Amino acid sequence: MTDLGWWGVPLGVLGGALRVSTPFLFVSLGECITEKSGRINLGLEGILVMGAMTGYAVSFVTGNPWFGVLAAGIAGFFLGLLHGLICNLPKVNDIAVGIGLMLFGTGFAFFMGKPYVQPKAPNLPSISFGAWSDMPQVQAALQVSPLFLIGIALALFLAWGFRNTRWGLVVRMVGDSSDAARAMGYNVNVVRTLATAAGGFLAGIGGSFLSLYYPGSWSEGLSSGQGLMAVALVIFARWNPIHCFYAALLFGGAGSLGPALQSVGITSGYYLFNAAPYVLTLAIMIATCSPRRTLAGAPGELSIVR
Amino acid sequence: MASPRVSAALEALAIPIGALAGAMVLFGLFMLVLGQSPIEVYSLIYQGGFSGAFSWQNTLSRAAPLILTALCVALPAQAGLMIIGSEGALVLGGLVAAVIGHLMTGVSPMGVKVAMALGGMLAGGLWIAAAGALRQYRGINETISSLLLTYIAIALFNHMVEGPLRDPASLNKPSTHPIGDANMLGNFPGLDVHWGLGFGIIFCVAMYVLVKHTTWGFGLRIVGGNARAARLAGLPVSQLVLTACFLGGAASGLAGMVEVAAVHGNANASLMAGYGYAGILVAFIARQNPIAIIPVAVLLGGISASGGMLQRRLDLPDATVLVLQGMAFLLVLASETLYGRIKLFKSREIPA
Repeated sequence: MTDLGWWGVPLGVLGGALRVSTPFLFVSLGECITEKSGRINLGLEGILVMGAMTGYAVSFVTGNPWFGVLAAGIAGFFLGLLHGLICNLPKVNDIAVGIGLMLFGTGFAFFMGKPYVQPKAPNLPSISFGAWSDMPQVQAALQVSPLFLIGIALALFLAWGFRNTRWGLVVRMVGDSSDAARAMGYNVNVVRTLATAAGGFLAGIGGSFLSLYYPGSWSEGLSSGQGLMAVALVIFARWNPIHCFYAALLFGGAGSLGPALQSVGITSGYYLFNAAPYVLTLAIMIATCSPRRTLAGAPGELSIVR
Repeated sequence: MASPRVSAALEALAIPIGALAGAMVLFGLFMLVLGQSPIEVYSLIYQGGFSGAFSWQNTLSRAAPLILTALCVALPAQAGLMIIGSEGALVLGGLVAAVIGHLMTGVSPMGVKVAMALGGMLAGGLWIAAAGALRQYRGINETISSLLLTYIAIALFNHMVEGPLRDPASLNKPSTHPIGDANMLGNFPGLDVHWGLGFGIIFCVAMYVLVKHTTWGFGLRIVGGNARAARLAGLPVSQLVLTACFLGGAASGLAGMVEVAAVHGNANASLMAGYGYAGILVAFIARQNPIAIIPVAVLLGGISASGGMLQRRLDLPDATVLVLQGMAFLLVLASETLYGRIKLFKSREIPA
């Protein structure tokens, strides 16, 4: 094993960005769909945890991690549907329901997931892009999950779809002006409910990544707020799926700063470095938000930017 | 038909109670599906939370921090802000209180306790006021920023407790230096419950009077109703919002101080018991009314106190009560839609 010295830090951050960014990517793409339709779902954190538990349990029972990924998506779909249906009731606040769903999703996942804390479920395979290098550190950093590649494809597909397909236009119209959508004969509530359910599906898959790839096991402390950070990340990415991908990489890199520094012997500020993604999110929001103008690219019906 | 005021009060009482009853039925069905008897589950919750001196003591000492963390949600809510960062204010308040309790020497225990309470309140208050300031001056959504601030507070807390402030004598469980037995909060006279409960009730009553019966509170509620109208009326909107956030954060910081000075004796990871998150639920069930927070916190404190009983007797996971709480939360939020739509509570139209 060659000693990389300080070079281990950027390499660790790069490897971490490739590894840790996937849940951010899926959750933020899901939230992007939901927010484009004019609603905000803060409950994606709960859906993420629920997806992680469901994915792990199904992978353990069936022996196939891909069934786990699918089941996690379906569990997320139903929780998203629940959020959408409750928010269809008049006078119900979507942000508050999101907080409720966050608590319900995590509580329900902890309850159902108790028997799966111990057993070892089959994990997703990884694809290696580091065979050209003979340094084990580089090889380790370039291990990529297939879900990461699917996420990139999905971001490209969504960016294309929002612009060029009928459903993309409908979702954007509902999010920008419900009056216009109603005048065109679309049912605003149906579109938003489906958009929230679709967002839940993606967030559930993001959760299955946590339990089936990295860290690769189910426990109650699995998520550290990725679902919530993704909501802030979508604002930072200006509701653009491609920008969501860059933002996810940035957040993944920030999240692996602590472990990367620890690997070169800097352990004193471990907890502080672990807070880097939260500080980064806050700093980005401080730098880009303003009380005097609405954000460029924001869906007009979104309660969070009004 | 009763007067509009009475029927509005009845409505505000009946709908959340109805939603809670609905959640209990739903949770009962869920237990039935899992092969448990709902009657047995509920009787165990009753036994574990509300029967006998020991369970009441357990319930009330859990209710105390819940009352205070719920205020951290309910006070900014009067100004229309949805703050969910009580957990962060609680841990920071506890940390500051523990440091003050350890370092202040040569002062009477009463003086130390007062300083600990003030320090905890100041720390929590400033933390939540920061979320309010970010919203007022930078337009950042306070729900997201307050939760991010909570994660940052927890990281700071862990860093301090496991690093610079760690008591070398705490081997297995990193903790700060103990505050000493003399500085611990005693029990409420006549009850086997610590003073935190008294603090919570006093805080709630004071905030109720402040919000409902002073000009300041009236201004705050105008801001909550329509910030633009409040600004046009010449109200100091930002100052009102920041003060409400500060008071809410101070309540949560006091909860941290109480947990340190009445329960743990130092600051350690046990402070993060989820009181901040459960407080959100309490505030929403109480419809952000400071007085209604007290009975709701006692109810939820009792339910969470019975978690251990369910685990031992029925072999249910400790997260069982979280499921019940989550169902209650969603149904209470969904029940918001019923206001003004139930005939029974409709008062006669006032002729124009």
